[in-house]
Amino acid sequence: MGKLSKRVAIVGAGMSQFGQLFPLKRNPDLWVDAWVNAVKSVDNGIAPKDVDACYVGNYSSDLFNHQGHLGPQMANLVGLTPKPASRFEGACASSGIALRQAIIAVASGIHDVIAVAGVECMNQLPTSLVTDALATASDALFEYPAGATFPGLYATVASAHFHKYGTTSEDLMRIGIKNHENGAENPFAQMQRTIKQLMQSKLKKLEEQGKDLPNWNDEFDYLRSSSNPMIAYPLRLFDCSLVTDGAACVFVASEETARNFTDTPIWIAGTGQGSAALSIHDRDDLTGFIATREAARQAYEMSGYGPKDMQIAELHDCFTIAELVALEDLDFYEKGKAAQAIKEGETKRDGVRPINTSGGLKSKGHPVGATGAAQAVEIFKQMRGRAERNRQVKFDVERALTHNLGGSGATCVVTIYEK
Amino acid sequence: MAEEKDFTIQNYLEFIQNKKLMGSKCKDCGKLYAPVRKLCTKCNSLNMEWVELSGKGELAAFTSITVGTPYFIDLGYDRNKPYCFSVIKLEEGPMVSAQLVGVDESKPDLIKIGTPVKVKFLENELKGETNIDLGFEPA
Repeated sequence: MGKLSKRVAIVGAGMSQFGQLFPLKRNPDLWVDAWVNAVKSVDNGIAPKDVDACYVGNYSSDLFNHQGHLGPQMANLVGLTPKPASRFEGACASSGIALRQAIIAVASGIHDVIAVAGVECMNQLPTSLVTDALATASDALFEYPAGATFPGLYATVASAHFHKYGTTSEDLMRIGIKNHENGAENPFAQMQRTIKQLMQSKLKKLEEQGKDLPNWNDEFDYLRSSSNPMIAYPLRLFDCSLVTDGAACVFVASEETARNFTDTPIWIAGTGQGSAALSIHDRDDLTGFIATREAARQAYEMSGYGPKDMQIAELHDCFTIAELVALEDLDFYEKGKAAQAIKEGETKRDGVRPINTSGGLKSKGHPVGATGAAQAVEIFKQMRGRAERNRQVKFDVERALTHNLGGSGATCVVTIYEK
Repeated sequence: MAEEKDFTIQNYLEFIQNKKLMGSKCKDCGKLYAPVRKLCTKCNSLNMEWVELSGKGELAAFTSITVGTPYFIDLGYDRNKPYCFSVIKLEEGPMVSAQLVGVDESKPDLIKIGTPVKVKFLENELKGETNIDLGFEPA
C-alpha cells in the first residue's frame, strides 16, 4: 500500500497555446496542437502504435461546449482508435487525476504507455456563464443558494487566513506580480505581460484619451486602484486566474519502455490524492485545504522525500490566495509564514525555491481540465533544462512537485518528480 | 411531529421555508449535523433525531461579492450593491453557509470575523413568489 509496484516515467510533454482562442480553436484543435508538441518533445520519437491508452482530463465540456464523452473523441483525433480512452473529472484537478490514474495503470503492468490529455475550451460561453459553470464544482445545494461564487469561496478562505495570520492584500498582490513576470517568459502563456507592463499600457491609454493620470508609483498602487476592480472581497480581478482555452499532453511510460523514447526520462517519485467536504462550511479548518495536506502526505511518503527536497513547484494558483495556502499546506512553510517568505523573494524565479515558473494559472492561463497536465509539462521542461525564453531556472532541477487543486479545494492531486 | 420526517435535504429546506433552522442529531454519539445528514459519519449510526437550533453563532469567514450568482443578480445585487456570503459557526457546533445582512457590504474591511450573529430568515421576492432563504445578522 502506498507504493507503485514498478517505476513510471514521463517521456514527453507538450501543450497548446493557451489563450482566449474560441472559435479559432476548439477542444479537438487544442488537443491535437498539444499532442503534436508533446510528440516533438520525445527525443527518439513516439507514434500512436507505441501508445496503449488515452486518459483525458476534462472538467466540463458538457457545460462549456455541449459535448460529453471526450475520451474516444480525443483518442481518435491522434490515431489511437480503437484503444481504451476514458475521461476523468475532478473539477480543476481533472487532468491531475488523469495523470495519476495513468501512473497507477502503468505501474500495474496493464499498459506500457499512456497519453494523458488535459483539455478545456471555456470561452465558448460568456464570462457570466463560465463563472456559473465553475460554480458547479462547489456545493450547489447550500453554498450556491447562499450566493457563493467560485471567487467568493476562495475569498472566504482568504478572509479566514487574513484574520488568523494577519495576511494582507499586498501579500496576495506579490503572488500575482511574480506569476505575471514568469508568464511573460512563456510563449505558450495567455498573458505574456508583467503587471508593470499592463500598468504602463493603462497609463498610456489614459494619456491618449486625454484623461487625468493617476499617481501610481508602482504596481501595488495600480493593483489597489479601480483599474483592478473588486470581484469578491478581498479578491480583485488580478487575484483571479484567467478564462482560458487550452490543452496539454503528457506521455507516461513504464520502466521497461521509457529508455526506448529518451535517455533522460523524468521519473515519478510519488503521487497522492486527497479529498474534502464539497462545502467549505463542512470543513474544520477554513484557512487551508485538508485535501492538499492528505495528497502531499501520500506523495511525500511514497517518494521518501520531504518538502525541503522540492527544488521547484507548480502550484494551483486559481486565485492568489490559493498559492499562498498551498505553500503552507505542502509544508513548504509553516502556517502563517508563507507571506513573509514571498515578500523576501523566495518563490521568485531567482529565489531559493521558484514557484510557478510557467506563469501559473494567473498568467499562463487556467483551462481548468487541462491545468494538471500543463503543470507537468512545465516541470518536464524545467527538469530537462528546456524551458523557453528566459524562464529556465539557473540550477539543475533534480526534484520537483506539482499541486493540482479541484473546485474550492475538495480534490487535490500532488505529484513528485525526480531525475 | 418533526421527528417523523425523513432526514432528507428536502425536509431540511422545507423547515427553512417555515423559518425553522433544524439539524439532525445522532442519538448514539450525540454528533450534530446542520445541514441535515441521515448517516452519522462519526459513528456510522442511522439513529437520528431532528433538533431545532438556536440560530445563534458567530461569523467564521465571509466575502462581499460584487460579481454575484444569477439568483443574487436577479435580487438586485451588483457592483454598486454587493452582498455578503458568509460561513457561520453555530453555537451548537456545526457551520452553515448563508447570506449575512445588517452589515455594510460596501465596507467589508469593517466586518469582523468573530462577530456574534443570529439567524434571520430572508423573504426574497422574485417573479411574484416569496422564497425564504437562510440568513444571519449581527446579534
